Amino acid sequence: MNKFLTLLSREVKSYFYSPVAYVVLCFFLLLTGFSFYMSVSYLSRGITDITVVEAFFDSVPFWIALLLLVPPITMRLFAEEFKLGTIETLMTAPVKDWQVVISKFAGAVVFYMLVWLPSLLYFVLFRHITRLQAADAAGAYWGSYLFLLLVGMFFISVGCFASVLTQNQIIAAVISFCTITLFFFAGLLVFFTPNISPVFRDAVGYFCTLEHMGEFSKGIIDSRRIAFYLSATAMMLTLTHQVFQYRRWKA
Amino acid sequence: MIKVHNLTKRYAGVTAIDDLNFEVEKGEIVGFLGPNGAGKSTTMRILASYMPASSGKASIAGFDVFRQSMEARQRIGYMPENVPLYMDMRVTEYLNYRAALKDMTGRRRRERVGDVKELCTLREVENRIIGTLSKGYRQRVGLADALLHSPDLLILDEPTIGLDPNQIRQVRELIKNLGKHHTILLSTHILPEVEMTCGRVIIINRGRIEAADTPENLVNAMRAAGGIRLEAKVGEEDAVAQIALIPGVKEVGVEREGDWSLFILRTDAGSDPREELWRLAIDRRWTVRELSRRRATLEDVFVELTHGDDI
Repeated sequence: MNKFLTLLSREVKSYFYSPVAYVVLCFFLLLTGFSFYMSVSYLSRGITDITVVEAFFDSVPFWIALLLLVPPITMRLFAEEFKLGTIETLMTAPVKDWQVVISKFAGAVVFYMLVWLPSLLYFVLFRHITRLQAADAAGAYWGSYLFLLLVGMFFISVGCFASVLTQNQIIAAVISFCTITLFFFAGLLVFFTPNISPVFRDAVGYFCTLEHMGEFSKGIIDSRRIAFYLSATAMMLTLTHQVFQYRRWKA
Repeated sequence: MIKVHNLTKRYAGVTAIDDLNFEVEKGEIVGFLGPNGAGKSTTMRILASYMPASSGKASIAGFDVFRQSMEARQRIGYMPENVPLYMDMRVTEYLNYRAALKDMTGRRRRERVGDVKELCTLREVENRIIGTLSKGYRQRVGLADALLHSPDLLILDEPTIGLDPNQIRQVRELIKNLGKHHTILLSTHILPEVEMTCGRVIIINRGRIEAADTPENLVNAMRAAGGIRLEAKVGEEDAVAQIALIPGVKEVGVEREGDWSLFILRTDAGSDPREELWRLAIDRRWTVRELSRRRATLEDVFVELTHGDDI
C-alpha cells in the first residue's frame, strides 16, 4: 500500500511539473465558466422546470469540455515511460505491474477531480447571490459529481489503454479522443434515429452518457449506471494491464 | 550470486540470446563484452527481471528472476543503457521517490539518500532538475539510484558510454571501489576499462558465449597463439619455406620493402620459436633488425572472437 501511495503521489505531482496541468486547468475553467454563464442566462429567460445543475450539465460547452479533458490527462501516462525508457527502471524496482497500472489510473482520476473542483464554486456563488430554493438540491449535486467521477473513470481507463498502446503521446491522445467521442455519439443514436425498435432503444440507452447525466443531475442515482461504468472501467484497466505486460515482455 | 542456465530469448523470429550458461560468484566484478546486438542488454534485462526469458533459468542469490521476481529485484541495483530518468524531477526528490519504491522509509531512507549522494558526488546538484544536468551527472544519478538499497548485485549496462575521459575515469574508480562490497556485472565497449576493473570477462557474440576467463588469461592465450615479427635481409633465399619448418610456426606471411623482408609469423598456442628463429638467421647469415613478439591486447581477443567470421 505504501508503494502504491508513493507511485500515486508521483503521478499526481508529475502533472504539475509540466505546463500541461496549468494549461488544461486554465482553459477548462474558461470553458466551464462559459458553460455556466450560458445555463444561467438560459434560466433567466423565464420559468423553466429544470434546475441550474441540470442546465449546466446539459449544455454543449460542458460536453465539449468533458470530451476534450481526458486525452491530455492520460496521453503521457504510459507512452512517456516507454519513450524515455524509464519503464525499465520502474519495472526493475520491486513493484508489481498492477500497482503501476492502478496508480497511473488513480493519479489521472485525482487530477481529473481537481480540475472539476473549481466548478463547485459556481454553484456556491449562484446560491449565495440568488438565494433560490432550487439551488439547494443536495441530491442533484451528489448525483452530478458522482456521475462525473464515474464517467471520468471510464474515459480515463480508455485513455490509459490508448497510452499503453504506443510511445507517441499524440497518437495516444488521438486514439483516446476518438474512442471517447465515438462512445458518446453512439449513445446519441437514440435521438438521431426516430423509428427504432424499443429493444434497440433500450440497448443503446445503456450507453447514452448524455441521458445518464440527465438522470444523475436530477438526483436520480441509478445503480445500473454505476455498475455499467465501473465494470467498463475494470475491463479497460484489465486490458491495459495485459498490453502493458505484453509490451514489456516483447520489448 | 548469478546463475544462468540454458537461457534463451527469442523475439519475433530473432534469437537474441541462445542457450547461455554462466555463473558469477559473490564479490566478482565481471565484464560483459560483445559487439552491438550481441545480446548483452537482453541478458541484463532478463537478469534484472524486466522481461522473462523464452526458455532456461536465471537466478540471483538463489531467487529465480521470474518466479521470485520481487525477492530478486530487492537484491539487484540495475542501471539500464542510456540511464533513463524522470527529467522533470529534482535529484533529491528522485532519489527519495526511488528509495520509497525500494521499501525504504523514515531514517533509513534519509541516510541512504544522503550516502549515495555523497558516494556519487551529487551534493552540488542535489536541488537541480535532472533534465538540466549534464550527461555525466545523470549517469551518476542513475548509479546512485542503483546503489540506494545497497544491493548485493549491481548490473550496469554501459555505465561509461557517452562520458568524457575524466568522467570515465571517475566512474571507473567508483566501480572499482564498489567492487569491494558488491558483486558487479557490467557491459561496455571500452576494453582498457575492462582490463583495469574486471576480474573476469565474458565475451558474447550473436547470443552465444565465445569466451569466459580473466582478462590476463584471455590475452595470454591470444599472445601464445599470437604473432612474431622478424625483419631481416635474406637475399635470394626462400626464407618463408625455411621458417615454416620451425616447430610451432603455423603460418608465415611476408612483406618486402627494398632489401628488407618483414615476416609475420602466427604460432601455435604455448610455443615461442624466437630462439630457433634466431639460430636460423645466424646459420643463414641473415641481417636481422627486428625480432619481436607482438603483444596482444584484449582488443585482439575481442576482434578475433567476435569479428573473425565477418572478414
